[in-house]
Amino acid sequence: MTAVTLKNITKKYGDFVAVDEVSFEVQKGELFGLIGPDGAGKTSIFRILTTLLLAEGGTATVEGHDVVKEFQVIRNKVGYMPGKFSLYQDLTVKENLEFFATIFGTTIEENYDLIKDIYDQIKPFNDRRAGKLSGGMKQKLALCCALIHKPEILFLDEPTTGVDVVSRSEFWEMLAKLKKQNITIVVSTPYMDEAKLCDRIALIQNGKIMTVDEPQQIINSFPKSLFAVKAKNIYKLLQTLRTEKEVENCDAFGEYLHLTLTSELADEEKVSAIAQKYNPEDLEVKKIEPTIEDSFIRLMREQNDSREPKEMLDGK
Amino acid sequence: MENKAIICKDLTKQFGDFKAVDKISFEVSEGEIFGFLGANGAGKTTAMRILCGLSFPTSGEASVAGFDVYRQQEKIKKNIGYMSQKFSLYDNLTILENIEFFAGVYGVSRPEIKERSRDLILTLGLEKEAKKLVGGLPLGWKQKLAFSVAVFHRPKIVFLDEPTGGVDPITRRQFWEMIYQAAAEGITVFVTTHYMDEAEYCDRISIMVDGHVAAIDSPTALKKRFNAVSMDEVFYELARNAKRTLD
Repeated sequence: MTAVTLKNITKKYGDFVAVDEVSFEVQKGELFGLIGPDGAGKTSIFRILTTLLLAEGGTATVEGHDVVKEFQVIRNKVGYMPGKFSLYQDLTVKENLEFFATIFGTTIEENYDLIKDIYDQIKPFNDRRAGKLSGGMKQKLALCCALIHKPEILFLDEPTTGVDVVSRSEFWEMLAKLKKQNITIVVSTPYMDEAKLCDRIALIQNGKIMTVDEPQQIINSFPKSLFAVKAKNIYKLLQTLRTEKEVENCDAFGEYLHLTLTSELADEEKVSAIAQKYNPEDLEVKKIEPTIEDSFIRLMREQNDSREPKEMLDGK
Repeated sequence: MENKAIICKDLTKQFGDFKAVDKISFEVSEGEIFGFLGANGAGKTTAMRILCGLSFPTSGEASVAGFDVYRQQEKIKKNIGYMSQKFSLYDNLTILENIEFFAGVYGVSRPEIKERSRDLILTLGLEKEAKKLVGGLPLGWKQKLAFSVAVFHRPKIVFLDEPTGGVDPITRRQFWEMIYQAAAEGITVFVTTHYMDEAEYCDRISIMVDGHVAAIDSPTALKKRFNAVSMDEVFYELARNAKRTLD
């Protein structure tokens, strides 16, 4: 059964098309990721699905209910954690939680099981005002408040942005636990490495969905052989390799360069031979499995190539 | 001996009983790309504010571009550039006005501003946008422009606080190419990021945990020491036992 459907959803702000005929579905119980940079349209989609924003075109349903006609029903069924901290700063941890429980006609005790693991971590600060909490604790409180009415579906807009690696990994562990309790989760993130933690993902850029699939499927459908190349002066290697006709794309990826050749017949020997022309020190070449970020970059380039130059200049 | 752009020795900043920065010591060489990483609340922002001449340390010593953080804050400010994800340019000024404003604040002469802002706009390919408001630019372009503005007065050091947060993966890489370019021209780059692949682009990185510098070395050496495949793992190893989670 589907928890969320979007059909040709379009949102404009003046002339700017923030969401451009977006269609996808999220199945019940799924952990679904919306992956893309700032300005891709993620927040607008979240706000449309949580009935806080009206789309100009298209239709969408949440738990089978239309986001326009049945917004009141939806509001009782969803939990929403906006990207910007939106709790009451001058209420304490406990007061915030009680407030949200009351609004939804429930109590903290009633759904305590659901929030216990997360709430336990902030409980020592029950009497602290939300505005005085650290970033990580604010995030946990916001998640508790979004969960307190036992929603069927949870919308988390960039919950891990600006958070360090350790807190990010903890947050994803919490999501995995919530998923086990059969809550559908739709989460957005600009961090491509978090994509593999989702059941399925949509890659979004400039208001358009570039692809929707399981992370591994997206990786498998990368059309070219991908190579990781490394040498001592890597920046120089990057610049020189890009001038080579046989090189299709070459991008920095941490300590390696990721490279594809224009030819379909590519192997490590061939890539080494091209790189050797520049006598790089300590050259290393290996064929690798693409990451989601490789796929994202490739799809972005395809999207850019198909756009008019004028539109490119205007940016959006 | 090569020249040092930044020298910190036992630098400490205390708020009441709380040691936000606790005796940190490190040096950054001229022209180096130095990654300043740390867990949330580890003290990065506090340390950076001191190094930018915006806050006094409680104890310890530090010099930036040869100037003392206690006595020569104004000289430090003149010799550095700064940009962050949160604040970079004025949205309601045009591209050209932003360049003129920041260059003017840093004391670049009028004729020089005129000539070089024209060059900069050409290099960035923003000819048609020059007289448009910055607020209308896509984030990626804004950040690239902000970086160019931050180094326009040719500072000795540029401080970049999460400059690529939320930026698309292609623009993020173009941004780092601009960093390499600046470093090649001799500008020292001091950068913070939450993207661990970007840590790999630095010559050396330090990782702060609970107010201390927990590790400092080249990315390759750190991975070797922690027997890790990626910087992600190194960071996780060092920061997972952090006691503080303040921001």
